[in-house]
Amino acid sequence: MLRHVLALVIALTVALSFPVSAQQSETVSADRSATGGAQTLEDILARQRGETIDDSFRSDAIGGDALTAPGLGPLGGASDPELWRALRYNKADVRVSDGTEVGKVLVQDGGMRWFAFREGPLSTWGGYLLLGTIGALILFYLLRGRIGIDEPMTGRTVTRFKAIERFAHWLLAGSFILLGITGLFVLFGRMFIAPMLGKEFNATLLTASKLIHNNIAWGFILALVMVFVFWVWHNIPDRTDIKWFAQFGGIIGKNHPPAKKFNGGQKIIFWSVIVLGGSISLSGVSLLFPFELPLMAKTFGILNDIGAPGWVGLEPLPTTLAPQEEMQLTQLWHAIVAFVLMAIVIAHIYIGSVGMEGASDAMTTGEVDEAWAHQHHSIWLEEELAKRSATDAPEAKATPAE
Amino acid sequence: MKAMFAGFAAMILIAFGAYFALQEIGFSTQDLSSGANVRLE
Repeated sequence: MLRHVLALVIALTVALSFPVSAQQSETVSADRSATGGAQTLEDILARQRGETIDDSFRSDAIGGDALTAPGLGPLGGASDPELWRALRYNKADVRVSDGTEVGKVLVQDGGMRWFAFREGPLSTWGGYLLLGTIGALILFYLLRGRIGIDEPMTGRTVTRFKAIERFAHWLLAGSFILLGITGLFVLFGRMFIAPMLGKEFNATLLTASKLIHNNIAWGFILALVMVFVFWVWHNIPDRTDIKWFAQFGGIIGKNHPPAKKFNGGQKIIFWSVIVLGGSISLSGVSLLFPFELPLMAKTFGILNDIGAPGWVGLEPLPTTLAPQEEMQLTQLWHAIVAFVLMAIVIAHIYIGSVGMEGASDAMTTGEVDEAWAHQHHSIWLEEELAKRSATDAPEAKATPAE
Repeated sequence: MKAMFAGFAAMILIAFGAYFALQEIGFSTQDLSSGANVRLE
């Protein structure tokens, strides 16, 4: 199951990066002597084909020294086209009444790129990822069936998770499910809900979704911190994980490899939730306070410094972004990472409910049968039983008072 | 099951708390990017 999810994640990553790298590699350099340096028909056609054009011949043609030429009025010697180009490329000296950097951006075309990616690859591949994960799990269930408990139930239970751990888990789970559903409504509402149920209904639903999404987020962040503190110690990779993965965690075949409190698969889930959930939280907070906490230009700068874009054949990433571009890219990152985490969590929900007999008890009552614990977490069970006998022993040895 | 319902209840309480707290501190774009001379309506 985990291999299926990983394969889908990898396929999505490759598919998403391919068109970007393909576009990056096609740079048009045209002879513009016939137009006196202005753009040519070939430039326009190349842009319409979606090719990347080095438009410095336009973005740099904003008047140059003419802007400060003495005795030529407020605009210096710059022409109107040069002024408009300066506005177009955010190079003009703009002063606005609200006094913010956001207000100084008078022309911003990144919105269309954001919109096209959001309506196109993001929705398409994100939707396929979730549907593909659900399909793969249904197929797995049909092939493997429910993972049962081999030994007979003992009737003796051992405490798997304390109340505070279960509280944090359900705070995290409940908020993540609501965030996921409302996020999907916001992304797909215009595409699917409005045509089927009407624009009025869609508008009301999305207004409510936004309200829920923005406010439920804080519970998710709190729970993320709680589960990290509670479980990080138990999720540090060790040698038992290698054996666990070598035997496919007992999911394929009849072997049940020994495991501590968390097995290798659960550790992958844990670190996915912490790392991806942390990234979603960070980008989410950036979106909740628009333009106050820009992350992308800074992150791109760090990635450029370590040469990361070159590893996948890309040019260095832009480090000068308009405030609106910051928000657009943050929103796309937020959604991409959320899709990946949703796919992983769907697999987690499957194995914790219909996929494995007795697994849900760990998070509902907190008590699991010793037979279940022996099959899936034998090392942890031994430790728990040793602790129990150590606690009971002094009572057994105590001499009754006379 | 009590822990599960407590988690869901906390989620709702935190959401309501966040809603009113964030309204109080004026976090919206409208509040941040507008002034007496900017007409938004």
